[in-house]
Amino acid sequence: MKPISFSWLAWRRRCVNYTATGLSLLAMAFGLFWLLWILWTTFSLGVSGLSLALFTEMTPPPGTEGGLANAIVGSLLMVGLAILIGTPVGIFSGIYLAEFAQRGWLGEVIRFMNDVLLSAPSIIIGLFVYTVYVAYRGHFSGWAGVLALSLIVIPVVVRTTENMLRLVPSSLREAAFALGAPRWHMIMYVTLRASLAGVMTGILLAVARITGETAPLLFTALSNQYWSTDLDKPMASLPVVIFKYAMSPFEDWNKLAWAGVFLIVMAVLALNIAARTFFGRKMV
Amino acid sequence: MSMPTTITSPSLPSPSPVARARRRSTWGDVLFYRVTQGFALLTLLLLSGIIVSLVWGAWPAIQHFGISFLWKAEWNPPMQRFGALIPVYGTLITSAVALVIAVPVSFGIAFFLTELAPGWLRKPLGIAVELLAGIPSIVYGMWGLLVFVPIFAEYFQPVLAKTLGPLPVIGALFSGPPIGIGILSAGIVLAIMIIPFIASVMRDVFEITPAILKESSYALGSTRWEVMWNVVLPYTRVGVAGGIMLGLGRALGETMAVTFLIGNINSFQGFSLFLPGNSIASALANEFTEASSELYTSALIELGLILFLITFIVLSLSKLLLMRLAKSGGTRT
Repeated sequence: MKPISFSWLAWRRRCVNYTATGLSLLAMAFGLFWLLWILWTTFSLGVSGLSLALFTEMTPPPGTEGGLANAIVGSLLMVGLAILIGTPVGIFSGIYLAEFAQRGWLGEVIRFMNDVLLSAPSIIIGLFVYTVYVAYRGHFSGWAGVLALSLIVIPVVVRTTENMLRLVPSSLREAAFALGAPRWHMIMYVTLRASLAGVMTGILLAVARITGETAPLLFTALSNQYWSTDLDKPMASLPVVIFKYAMSPFEDWNKLAWAGVFLIVMAVLALNIAARTFFGRKMV
Repeated sequence: MSMPTTITSPSLPSPSPVARARRRSTWGDVLFYRVTQGFALLTLLLLSGIIVSLVWGAWPAIQHFGISFLWKAEWNPPMQRFGALIPVYGTLITSAVALVIAVPVSFGIAFFLTELAPGWLRKPLGIAVELLAGIPSIVYGMWGLLVFVPIFAEYFQPVLAKTLGPLPVIGALFSGPPIGIGILSAGIVLAIMIIPFIASVMRDVFEITPAILKESSYALGSTRWEVMWNVVLPYTRVGVAGGIMLGLGRALGETMAVTFLIGNINSFQGFSLFLPGNSIASALANEFTEASSELYTSALIELGLILFLITFIVLSLSKLLLMRLAKSGGTRT
């Protein structure tokens, strides 16, 4: 048998390794390249659109000056209410999954559905709220938007709460039981408190997620050109206004849209970074 | 003398503080259990209510068009004739383009983050990739339409048409006028959006490979690439498949970015990726509030139902694959 040329084989293996390393470096650079490009565009085009009027004036008709005040307030209002509604539901469901249903078919089914819906298309959530609420009431409203957003919050909070509770060592639970604490006491004052930082992080990530959600608001809250805090009427929101203004051919609308994008990207990045420094672990 | 009296009167309820506390606590426990279970069931109910409500909303269209809705290519609101073929095709083809680009890149990133990057660089780079995942899709869409597409149409499309265009089979995909918006640019922006998801799942599953396996392989003289390709990848391939499915699920349902870029044309133009088309999600985003008749609305809801079923299957598959890896790896991912 002819011996394989050893040096040739070693050379080939080294070449393959270098090529793979190089390609992998390229892939990393490719990923970072887009992040930097998008951030740079957002900064350079967004900062020039920033002004006091952005926060004090309403969304204008084309060709006139204006701001995004009603959209900003609408977004804050709907995101805040959605978090208020979605968080308790999410936390209690998470407690159920982590503390009462580690095994058993019901826990498994809920866990499975929850994980699937964590990544389900958000436009479907909008469609769902449209068929059960908007069509029934006969008009678009801020409440419908709140409902749609809170349906996106729930799976995120359920997942983080469950994961965080499971990280609490059982010795803490046993210690609480040994002291004679009832189970609900143990959960509320020991395990939930031990994982509070993680649960808070999950809520921050949920806020970051729904701040930029556009699709579920398109046919629930719709939009509103005027100042309105009436949740029973159509309500403006930053993402929907950006969508409308970015698609339009008017230059001042585009400029306002970039300013809005700047605000959203800053808010989302700040929330993400806060969540990660708050609890240095990846959860969702 | 007091001892016998307590013993001889067992019929008297003895509300000792301990017993009272225990009764109260079991009562509290039961209540607490029921409340949390109620919320968990509410979650399940809300989420499974989605399917029911979509079927209910789509019922007029299901009755009117029957099963042929799935393969009719006509989408004609004034004539009240609707078929799902164009948006379904657009959804699948943009996601396919996105996967073709995103899978190798994500693999490269995960390889870099787990095997190549020095320790101090791993965390910041990992966070950067995750931040890319956090940017809302409307930002990708607007950036794609106003910044990326003009550059893409002027510099990249002509080059693609010149280099890949003359090839026998693939050439047909890269022909036509370089107008920028269309299936290819939608697919590219989708790829940028799903790279962080696939890359971070791949990184997580690569990390569960036992160090002893990798070290044994290094001790036998393997290069880093050989360890990756012959040890880590076979060990985690189920999880890698799960991560890809997760990315696919995201790509299929992505709305805003695609709506900005795909061109929203409801008739079949040809197989070239340069041509505009439509996807289910962007058809919904664009037309739903303008749908003037009941049949139109319910045809759109039926499109939504199809999208939900496709993503449900893909995401369930992803979840099952990741669970299988978690079971064999012995840790939760």
